[in-house]
Amino acid sequence: MWNDILLILDGTLRISVPFLLAAMGGIFAERSGVIDFGLEGKMLGGAFVAAAVAHWTQSAWLGLLGSIGIGIIFSMMHGFASVTKQGNQVVSCVAINIFAMGLTVVLANAWFGMGGKTPQLPKEARFLSIELPFAEAMRDIPVIGEIYYELISGHNILVYIAFLAVPITAWVVFKSSFGLHLRATGENPLAVDTTGISVNKTRYQALLFNGILGGMSGAYLSTAHLGFFVKDMSAGKGYLALAAMIVGKWRPYSAMFACLLFSALFAIKDKPEISEMLKGLVPLNLIESFLEMSPYILTVVILAGFVGRAVAPKAIGQPFSKEK
Amino acid sequence: MSERQVNDLVVTLVTVTNLLVAFFISGLVVWALGEDPWFALETMLYGAFGYDEGLGYTLYYTTNFIFTGLAFAIGFHCGLFNIGAEGQAYIGGLAVGLICLWLEDWSLLIVFPLAVLASIIFGGIWGAIPGYLKARHGSHEVVTTIMFNFIASVIMVYLLSHILRPPQEMSPESRDFAEKVWVPQMHEIFDWFGLEITQTPLNGTFFFALICLYLVWRFVWHTRWGYELRTVGTNESAAVYAGINVSKNIIIAMIICGGLSGFVGINEIMGSSHRIMLNFQAGIGFTGIAVSLIGRNHPLGVLLAALLFGILYQGGAELSFEVQTIDRHMVVLIQGLVILFAGALENLFRPQIEQFVKLVVLRTT
Amino acid sequence: MPNLAIQLTDINKNFGSVCANKNVSLTVESGTIHGIVGENGAGKSTLMCVLYGFYHADSGSIAVQEKPIVIRSAHDAIQAGIGMVHQHFMLVDTFTVLENVVLGTESGISLKESLRASAEELKRLEQEYHLEVDINATINTLPVGLQQRVEILKALYRGAEILILDEPTGVLTPQEADHLFRILDELREQGKTVILITHKLREIMAITDYVSVMRQGEMVANRKTSETNREELAELMVGRKVLLRVDKAPAKPGRTVLSVEHLDFKDKSGVNRVKDVSFEVHAGEIVGIAGVSGNGQSELLDTITGINPLQSGKIKINDQTITSDSSVDAAAMRRFGMAHVPEDRQRMGLVTSFAASENIILGYHKDPSYNGLIEMNNDAIYKSCSEQMEHFDVRPGNPYLRVSLFSGGNQQKMVVAREMERNPELLVVGQPTRGVDIGAIEFIHRQIIAMRDADKAVLLVSVELDEIMSLSDRILVMFDGQIMGEVMAKDANESEIGLLMAGVHTEAA
Repeated sequence: MWNDILLILDGTLRISVPFLLAAMGGIFAERSGVIDFGLEGKMLGGAFVAAAVAHWTQSAWLGLLGSIGIGIIFSMMHGFASVTKQGNQVVSCVAINIFAMGLTVVLANAWFGMGGKTPQLPKEARFLSIELPFAEAMRDIPVIGEIYYELISGHNILVYIAFLAVPITAWVVFKSSFGLHLRATGENPLAVDTTGISVNKTRYQALLFNGILGGMSGAYLSTAHLGFFVKDMSAGKGYLALAAMIVGKWRPYSAMFACLLFSALFAIKDKPEISEMLKGLVPLNLIESFLEMSPYILTVVILAGFVGRAVAPKAIGQPFSKEK
Repeated sequence: MSERQVNDLVVTLVTVTNLLVAFFISGLVVWALGEDPWFALETMLYGAFGYDEGLGYTLYYTTNFIFTGLAFAIGFHCGLFNIGAEGQAYIGGLAVGLICLWLEDWSLLIVFPLAVLASIIFGGIWGAIPGYLKARHGSHEVVTTIMFNFIASVIMVYLLSHILRPPQEMSPESRDFAEKVWVPQMHEIFDWFGLEITQTPLNGTFFFALICLYLVWRFVWHTRWGYELRTVGTNESAAVYAGINVSKNIIIAMIICGGLSGFVGINEIMGSSHRIMLNFQAGIGFTGIAVSLIGRNHPLGVLLAALLFGILYQGGAELSFEVQTIDRHMVVLIQGLVILFAGALENLFRPQIEQFVKLVVLRTT
Repeated sequence: MPNLAIQLTDINKNFGSVCANKNVSLTVESGTIHGIVGENGAGKSTLMCVLYGFYHADSGSIAVQEKPIVIRSAHDAIQAGIGMVHQHFMLVDTFTVLENVVLGTESGISLKESLRASAEELKRLEQEYHLEVDINATINTLPVGLQQRVEILKALYRGAEILILDEPTGVLTPQEADHLFRILDELREQGKTVILITHKLREIMAITDYVSVMRQGEMVANRKTSETNREELAELMVGRKVLLRVDKAPAKPGRTVLSVEHLDFKDKSGVNRVKDVSFEVHAGEIVGIAGVSGNGQSELLDTITGINPLQSGKIKINDQTITSDSSVDAAAMRRFGMAHVPEDRQRMGLVTSFAASENIILGYHKDPSYNGLIEMNNDAIYKSCSEQMEHFDVRPGNPYLRVSLFSGGNQQKMVVAREMERNPELLVVGQPTRGVDIGAIEFIHRQIIAMRDADKAVLLVSVELDEIMSLSDRILVMFDGQIMGEVMAKDANESEIGLLMAGVHTEAA
């Protein structure tokens, strides 16, 4: 039993990585007042580019760099449409998501000819698990050693980066000068402008971080979690990350817990033992289906404010313009 | 020219320009893949119009896009961004299929209206829940409708693999409907008048879609209910001031969205595949967004834009068949660019075009 | 030759086809308080926004401390020693006073050090200028008077030598305004230059050294305050003699049309906005509700008109009794004989992207005369719209034109036309002449009095005390959600009402 729980928690951590990275990216954009439904597209684009670059260069790190590049390209497209040209931000996000959906498959097919898939990456071109010091030695120490061995050690570098991204985001948003500008821009852009700070510049800076993190979330899917890209691989994870961010009220640590909650549901679904336990009570495939849709249902329920209402940054979705 | 005519001209030119830019960039992608964009264009146009089978497929896809385009447009007029047409079409289509399975001995004259009703109820419920959550709990409809797409997908997989699949079959599909409840196909309808055309999936639902276009137009611009809907969508405070029930209108709009999306099931299931299949709605809902945005959320615009996307889909199929390097998803890519330029960047070239039109109008008068 | 703090020369600024500033020149001496007066829309705020770098002038030049400079952004203005207190405060509500002051002046990546250093400097400024405020308080917990102090501190913190205040007393009671003037006096003594923008002549006479008058985008006069008087300034502002009182016969109040009993209203955050309000409005009289903006008038208005649900208390209108149990919306109120000209026509009274004909049916769109069985009767709507436009002199009289293309005055006339043409028993009017030109103001005022003379009841809410005093027969004064007192208009004087608006009972004063 204890072992099962450890394994589920371990799975939760692995699954939560793309959610975490994307949610932190979302926090940057939305705290500055720019809606970001486009995390899904950045994740998908990041996944494809990372897989393709890693395949060509045989380097997971260059793949990661590539995913950051496409993330930034997408977030700058969003910035151009919604910050510079003051277009509808939701429409811009939907455009980017659909564009990414098409572009990744078209390119994958043209370059690799495998029906929208990329070739399996060899070990050297993937992010592999890292054994932390003394993990093996501590393995047999009850509880602490087990937790260290199973949960904390033995993940790939992106897992650690993702969990490091949370305190970093929290510090930047709440403790840095840039964070003050960021939050003020999302709350009252006019006030920010009168203090001599450029609202649009702040938003572009926020989108830069947003693109980096959004792209990285995709790299995890294709170069760490699986060893290849497959069409529609993000499968709604970008939207769930967005939901986690809203549930977390645009705060990094709360959003992290929401991400972990969603991930736990996926981890439980992936564990046949759980289904096994409930086997006699309800039809098996019904449980599987229910577990599969539970993160989505949970999102809907939480967003409906059944668990406390989330108050968005006041100026979110509004393009900034002085001259009427 | 009156001010209104000038405005219409500007809007048309802006839309056409935006489309051309989107197509131009798509052409660049084709060129970057090492193919000839002109050849691609030729192939697509030939595939869509060049022979009557192609034309049939084009109009068959157009039918779908009319439904989801209208679904998005109705929501848009009520200030909603409904990206849940996928799920609504899925669940609405399920209802259509269930009616056909259940009432297979009945005449089509009874089954068709019942299928329409079932689609409105099921698709409507699937739209109404996010509508209700938006109206009463303030949940953002974009996130909720997306979640409902995923939930619908899980439900359908479950139903098709475990409940509706005949035991001896392997693939997750329902059994075939009795031929009596099939919507007549276009070649059959033409045959009644002694005309002969190639058999394609194009069926009588096409005419139903045209009727829907007309009804939506009258509803939105010529009834008090449409007036209320547009007021809610344009200025919610003014709607409350006028004594209009905002929540009710949001929910009604979402029910209409869901019902219209569900009609995709009539075209796909009752008119073509004649059984419930996995992912029969795939991508049609999202295309509706592009269709509505280019059509400026007006039924006439939706018709033209739906036709355009019908051409793109059928032509794109032809293209991916002819040129192996170009995947069918090229159409999705184009769709994304179209939404970007015709939607988010709609005013990118507007100032220049306005200037141009003013110059021309001044010259001619 | 005195030092000149500001020299503006031939400033021009157009918004589309609207000319907001036309060849405006202005000279402000150092160490003085310089007033700029003008009606709403005279171009005062635009001029100051140009000076503060918020808008870019189409042409013209600026010199600060006798050095010509180009001001491209607020940043440049701050560098030049200009600070501005905007009409709508430019504060981030969820931030503390300290964070608001620091915003944009931080040094280094981390915030900690900047916050510590500025806390000290801020405390010094507070003491020097007697501007006490808790630096760790969150802005949205502070009353408006203190928020304004934060704005002044913000400007001083940035080293402002020249301080622009745009309609600073709009949200203040007369007494709070007096306090502000003492602060401004103090600033002048310390050698700062103050530019005060206002449309209230009382303030100009009370505090300024010099005054410039703007009218319709142009600078029409410059005076030494001690050498002019209110009458002259008022005439310069509007360009002709103004009638301070509207001619009207004495009221003949009849039966009670509206009675409000013990009405309370809490807003979404649980703040009690309206407290135990009771009053009556009779046929044939105009009851005016005076008060500084934000003292519960809007909430009261919205509750009476059915926009907010009635939470507690009782409303009787034409023998219909409404309690918190009855679910009543704005449509029901209209059925009971009420018409409502809302405070904000752009936000509430009109759908500006709709055609005039579609706006003329707003709220009455279910009327059988506009509807067939299923579809609406467009001919009837067009005809009704043309008629109303003619009766109320709306120009251009084209029902197909989009409302956003009409001027503010004509938009307001459309709203007034729609609500009056139905001949309601009770007319509720909020800010009837906000942002409306003089001609339209007189027209609308006459219409409101005509309504009263036709034996209808009128409830008028306005933050313009002049308007309340010249139109009403009876005046109720609201402060902090309560009715502070009732005055008959014919015996009313401004200072008495002013005290009530500040929450001081006349007996106690």
